[in-house]
Amino acid sequence: MTAQDSGQDGDQETEISSVLERVRTGVDAFDELVMGGLPRARTTVVGGTPGSGKTVFATQFLAHGIETFNENGVLVTFEEPPADIEANMSGFGWELAKWRKAGRLAFVDASPPSTDELVIGDFDLEGLLSRIMHAARSVNAKRVVLDSLTQLFDHFISDPKILRRELFRISTALKKAGLTVLMTAERNSEYGEITRHRLEEFVADNVVILRNLLYREKRRRTIEVLKMRGSHHAEGEAPFTLLTGRGVVAIPLSSLRLEQQSSTVRVTSGNSAIDEMCGGGFFRDSVTLVSGATGTGKTLLVTNFLAGGVEAGERAILFGYEESKGQLFRNATGWGADFARMEAEGKLKIVCLYPEAQGLPDHLLTIQALVDEFKPNRIAVDSLSALERIAPETGFREFLISLTSFIKKREIAGLCTATSKSLVGGESASEQHISTMTDSIILLRYIQEQEIMHRGLMVLKMRGSEHAKEIRRFTIDGAGMHLGEPFSRAPNVFRE
Amino acid sequence: MAAPLVLRLYIAGNSASSRRAQQNLERLRASVSSKGWDVEIIDVLTRPDLADRAGIIATPTLSYEDGPRSRRIVGDLSDTKRILEFMGIEGDHA
Repeated sequence: MTAQDSGQDGDQETEISSVLERVRTGVDAFDELVMGGLPRARTTVVGGTPGSGKTVFATQFLAHGIETFNENGVLVTFEEPPADIEANMSGFGWELAKWRKAGRLAFVDASPPSTDELVIGDFDLEGLLSRIMHAARSVNAKRVVLDSLTQLFDHFISDPKILRRELFRISTALKKAGLTVLMTAERNSEYGEITRHRLEEFVADNVVILRNLLYREKRRRTIEVLKMRGSHHAEGEAPFTLLTGRGVVAIPLSSLRLEQQSSTVRVTSGNSAIDEMCGGGFFRDSVTLVSGATGTGKTLLVTNFLAGGVEAGERAILFGYEESKGQLFRNATGWGADFARMEAEGKLKIVCLYPEAQGLPDHLLTIQALVDEFKPNRIAVDSLSALERIAPETGFREFLISLTSFIKKREIAGLCTATSKSLVGGESASEQHISTMTDSIILLRYIQEQEIMHRGLMVLKMRGSEHAKEIRRFTIDGAGMHLGEPFSRAPNVFRE
Repeated sequence: MAAPLVLRLYIAGNSASSRRAQQNLERLRASVSSKGWDVEIIDVLTRPDLADRAGIIATPTLSYEDGPRSRRIVGDLSDTKRILEFMGIEGDHA
């Protein structure tokens, strides 16, 4: 009995000590995927094709340690000499040379020597290991990067068995010294063997894959956690982008938690009749989708939404992807809203961008940066369909999740538009994607009644609230949108 | 008379391949009608700084200057024939 008890105690102890301490990489969304960061004193292999961002990710791991946690680092470079890396990485805002001089970063230059070399007979990599350990001691390092193992393998190409044995030994020795190790390795293709020399099987506790795909003439970069020994991780590819001055910036996805609180505070839609249909207005931290064919009045609703907010003393921001600023201002004037004055007063900010100007992750970052800078109470995006055009399907869904989550986290009211493809009835892909992600949906449709084409509006969904169920006619004139009587016998064009 | 060739042998402590390399180097030295080799043994475990300066990755590594060029032999120096070929030395042992 006593033996059993002590045995249980022992188990408990192991359990506690087996909770892995996490080392943050500096790529926040990535750290979220892996439960807070890379496990301390473990080896992670980061695989990717040339140009996938391995060196940037690895350097960021070191830079973040030095800048944020006072954890010094060692960079073992097999490919480029240290001076080149220092120059290449300065664009991301990392002052490697300064850190090196300050004793916070040490290089081990293992770039190919310009010597004639003969490799024959048995050897080990004790030379390399002793240099890494020496460098780690000299700066009291906590983090080590080896970039990239593929060059090392190519150097000793005829002895892969020795290489694998030695890499395993190096990895073990570094871990034993309490160092958190990140090794990069090249892949031949985006989907296929994990790394060229299949290193991960020998050295890696964890495997991370960086991808760089061409999709519809756009680069799509993603990061995926393939394996985390002894711990959980989120599955799937998270998109990321490489930004000047920041490095790898990933977009959180599957780790997304619906933790934002729901507000019961109502704000105006900018149109009192619609407010009424929604049971008193939109919720302050909700996202509403306005969907309709071209010309049904989506941009007008956006204009009302912005102007109504500003009138109520709020700050509003619009991201326009379809029309120029001049066009938007003209439209607004035509409907009785003076955007120029509102912007001059600092109440309104209009941002017009070409969807094709950048990839979706960059669009998201632009929105986030401007929202955090302008601090609006409400945000409109016109239209999602224009953004959808530039993105692969999965990328767009990820973008939407991130966008709606961001809007809710900031507790601001959001209005997004989507264009349905067909003029009468029908649905668009954006609707399918977004209908589950938005809190409310307003449909605008052309409705034919005998010889006349009418416009109809319906509140299809309003999360957490009662709303009117009827389809209301509406007209548009110089003063904006006017809602009229419900249709009595509308054809079935309001499919979700 | 040219100055004797300086050979630096980088080894890792007492490992089997390091011991073999030292023995093989002695054998080589004895077998060639050399003008004289100056052999320097450097243990990377105690002098990682020297290994770093020389850019040593593998041990054992035999390193020497051949005119302006630096030449290296990685391994335990067991294949006498190929090593002498690489060094451009004709051995007496043949």
